[in-house]
Amino acid sequence: MKKDTYQMIVGLEVHVQLQTESKLFCGCRTTFGSSPNTQTCPICTGMPGTLPVLNRKALELSIKTGLAMNCEISRFSKWDRKNYFYPDLPKGYQISQFDLPICGPGWIAISDPKERFASKNIRLIRAHLEEDAGKSVHDEVAGSADTRIDLNRTGTPLLEIVSEPDIRSPLEARAYLTELKLMLEYLGVSDCNMQEGSLRVDANVNLHIEDEDSTVATPIVEIKNLNSFRAVERALEFESDRQWQQWQREGITLEQGAKTTRGWNDAEQKTTIQREKEDSADYRYFPDPDLVPVTISEEQVNTIRSSMNELPAALRNRLCKKHGLSDYDAEVIVNQGREFAEYFQSVADLSGSGKLAANWMQQGVLGYLKEKELAISSFPVSATRLGTLVRKIQDGELDNSRGKDVFEKLLQTDLEVEAIMKELGIEAVDDSALEAICQDLLAANPQVVEAYRGGKPQAIGPLIGQAKKKNPNANPGKVREILIGLIDG
Amino acid sequence: MNHIQQSAFDLVAGLKAGQFSAEEVADSFVRQIERHDTAIGSFLRFDGQQALQQSRTLDGSENKRDGLAGIPIAIKDVICVRDQVTSCSSRMLESFLSPYDATVVEKLRQSKAVMLGKTNMDEFAMGSSTENSAFQPTRNPWNPSHVPGGSSGGAATCVAARMAPLSLGSDTGGSVRQPAAFCGVTGLKPTYGRISRYGLVAFASSLDQIGILAHDARDTALLLNHCVGHDPRDSTSASVAGEDYLAGLGNSLEGLKIGLPREYFNEGLNPEISASLDQARATFEQRGVQFVEISLPMTSYGVATYYLVASCEASGNLARYDGAHYGLRKTLPAENRDRSENELLRMYRQTRSQGFGPEVKRRIMLGTYALSSGYYDAYYLKALKSRRLIQDELKQAFQQVDLILGPTTPTPAYKTGEKSANPLDMYLGDIYTVIANLAGIPAISFPAGFSAEGLPIGLQLQGPAFSESRLLQATHAFQSQTDWHQQDPQMTPAGDPS
Repeated sequence: MKKDTYQMIVGLEVHVQLQTESKLFCGCRTTFGSSPNTQTCPICTGMPGTLPVLNRKALELSIKTGLAMNCEISRFSKWDRKNYFYPDLPKGYQISQFDLPICGPGWIAISDPKERFASKNIRLIRAHLEEDAGKSVHDEVAGSADTRIDLNRTGTPLLEIVSEPDIRSPLEARAYLTELKLMLEYLGVSDCNMQEGSLRVDANVNLHIEDEDSTVATPIVEIKNLNSFRAVERALEFESDRQWQQWQREGITLEQGAKTTRGWNDAEQKTTIQREKEDSADYRYFPDPDLVPVTISEEQVNTIRSSMNELPAALRNRLCKKHGLSDYDAEVIVNQGREFAEYFQSVADLSGSGKLAANWMQQGVLGYLKEKELAISSFPVSATRLGTLVRKIQDGELDNSRGKDVFEKLLQTDLEVEAIMKELGIEAVDDSALEAICQDLLAANPQVVEAYRGGKPQAIGPLIGQAKKKNPNANPGKVREILIGLIDG
Repeated sequence: MNHIQQSAFDLVAGLKAGQFSAEEVADSFVRQIERHDTAIGSFLRFDGQQALQQSRTLDGSENKRDGLAGIPIAIKDVICVRDQVTSCSSRMLESFLSPYDATVVEKLRQSKAVMLGKTNMDEFAMGSSTENSAFQPTRNPWNPSHVPGGSSGGAATCVAARMAPLSLGSDTGGSVRQPAAFCGVTGLKPTYGRISRYGLVAFASSLDQIGILAHDARDTALLLNHCVGHDPRDSTSASVAGEDYLAGLGNSLEGLKIGLPREYFNEGLNPEISASLDQARATFEQRGVQFVEISLPMTSYGVATYYLVASCEASGNLARYDGAHYGLRKTLPAENRDRSENELLRMYRQTRSQGFGPEVKRRIMLGTYALSSGYYDAYYLKALKSRRLIQDELKQAFQQVDLILGPTTPTPAYKTGEKSANPLDMYLGDIYTVIANLAGIPAISFPAGFSAEGLPIGLQLQGPAFSESRLLQATHAFQSQTDWHQQDPQMTPAGDPS
């Protein structure tokens, strides 16, 4: 059997920490990195007699996210208890949503400007709001096997977004996650910091194998501990290969095998078994009697909809239409985040050329940010200064190479574009002065004239270089124009 | 002067008029507790010095004329008081110090009431006899060989024995009304959500409600005035504004329609209670009440529905007592350990095995079973449907009548140990009280006679949601015609020669 006779089937579960001031059911802060157990109160530590009260902001952010993901927003939603024992779960149950999540079915569109896969919609099953658990810190420094519990994270609002198994490759998985993350950042509902656990991904993967004239499926594996998009890609690659090998060895199908859980080991770049057989975990969900159900009105949904920021997909479209960008350029700019895209738009508007602005953003700005590992918010050149520079290039006052000189000075100083040009001695050259230079050059290089007339227009190239040596402000385009005019004249 | 025979209402009046001091009042009750509580066992923790100190401070302050200033109140040990033990009569929380005040305790502090101590109860409010306390028995002041009822046994007995004029209990399936009936005092379970549950340690969240034990309707109204109100910390607390329950207490009952459910009078009802009911009916009729026979066929499903809903919720509510964060933590000595057992599981197992008593374990297991996959629909879901039918049936009944009268319990207080071996028998004793919790409606038990053995008999009035005023008016009218509520038990203090 050949390797290309199977299809990878992937569904993703993404947990997103919502950016609220306080926790989902109490008033504690949600700041990351505070000293252990300093952001806790009797409610989130599950003290006897305490009661949860819903944070309306978390509900609002969930609805906003649901709208962005084209989800049906439930008019009636409720809270359920998911019962299990674990030391980082102080109440012995997690308040979650079982059968009536805030966000019903929806979809996220993915595409690849490099066309490595066809554009498609990844369908979503649901997105529900729940409280996060605390953290178990295994204290190995002391040499003992002590486990310490930090409940700072307990009760932080989490939105769990569950996709249909519509993803067919690691590339699609990455595109889906990138688009989702970008959307969340544009909406301002989460900081999506994967290192801090604000965005956590679990993948469910199996294979559909063409066997004789039927299709068989391999048992589903849930992969946990995916700490970066790269890890998701690598884990899916590894896992599909591993399942293929296992299928060839054992031939166990979805119906015959149990769902297993594997963890991604980033150091060894492989998945390892965590739970051999999914213990038929019975969470004994039931409605939480401490909370009242949530009713969401049409009006509330409309208010939230009208307060939403422009989404990445809409912005890409607009940039293509308004500024004449290619799909690829729009993708690169929009995917850098909302601030970057806003910066670009200012530069594009000031310069009058979207295309030129896009080039400067990608080569000049992005190059610098990547080298210095900075965000656009820390970029030393304001959009107005860069816009002025690009405008001058667009107007022909500067050529690209002189532009780069000015750009370097913009990075190093606080000077305005005009002042830098002056300092660098850049000024417009009189047409008659240029003509004089060109006449001299043609006179000194009759072989060029001959070659040009003989059908080799590229022969005048070296003369343009020489003209710039004689006067650095000579615009190459203009010189070429004059040279041709003189020869043809 | 000894103040223990005075009603809380009269104490407030006397204190406001400057007839006596808060310290004198506290001193009377503190001495009564010191004299009788060794035999009765109402209090788990009682601090006489603290109560006297608080009263003295109050006497010298500007607040001495505030709402409940100087009125001693006992608190059931299921309600959290800051920096004090709240044990719920369980080994699990034997040394647990609450880091906060329950909303109702905050309100009592604002009203300047004097807190006497914490009263005994069935462990986590599960039981009907206070025999399930992990720490001590509580005896019925009318006959120490009989149970005081439960789970608010300590709360009822301390009022009956005049060790406190007022006390707070909690009622999940009758835990205020049943011990009130057994001990000859008045017990009110308000509408679900009327008093904030914040700080009431949860047994069954959708049924739990803080209730009041007092000698009569007037004292009940007085305390209720200071407990009600919407609480933003309790999502299930009612947004309906509280009323002045004292204001209309003397209103006439002329034209009031009271229903008598046919189903309440079956062979299980003690004939003496049945006779008290007939007598009470005549008393009410003299006040212009009209009686109507009604039918509540869902009544027979009450106990089964209640024990499913309550146990399911309890199984979740009590999951937090696992030894990981606070309260009891137990593991095994190294030599007794099964090496194959996961250390964490061992801690959970040992903590919960040793921390909970048998009744609590029984209900956790029952609830866990009923919520398990494969049983959820047959038990929990069915119980929810049955609960809905009970609610609908009562809603319809209250279109016909204003209130419903019936017995609080099928029998007077039984003997200690009589039913503890047969939990089901004990559960059936809740037949008349669980309905009000399932429907979320208010109900009051009031003294209405004595059995031949000399044990109190209580009757229950139930009304539609937020009809506390009317319940209190009817009870007050009854108590203006009768003196059952003024009878005191003959008690022999421990140590006194008998």
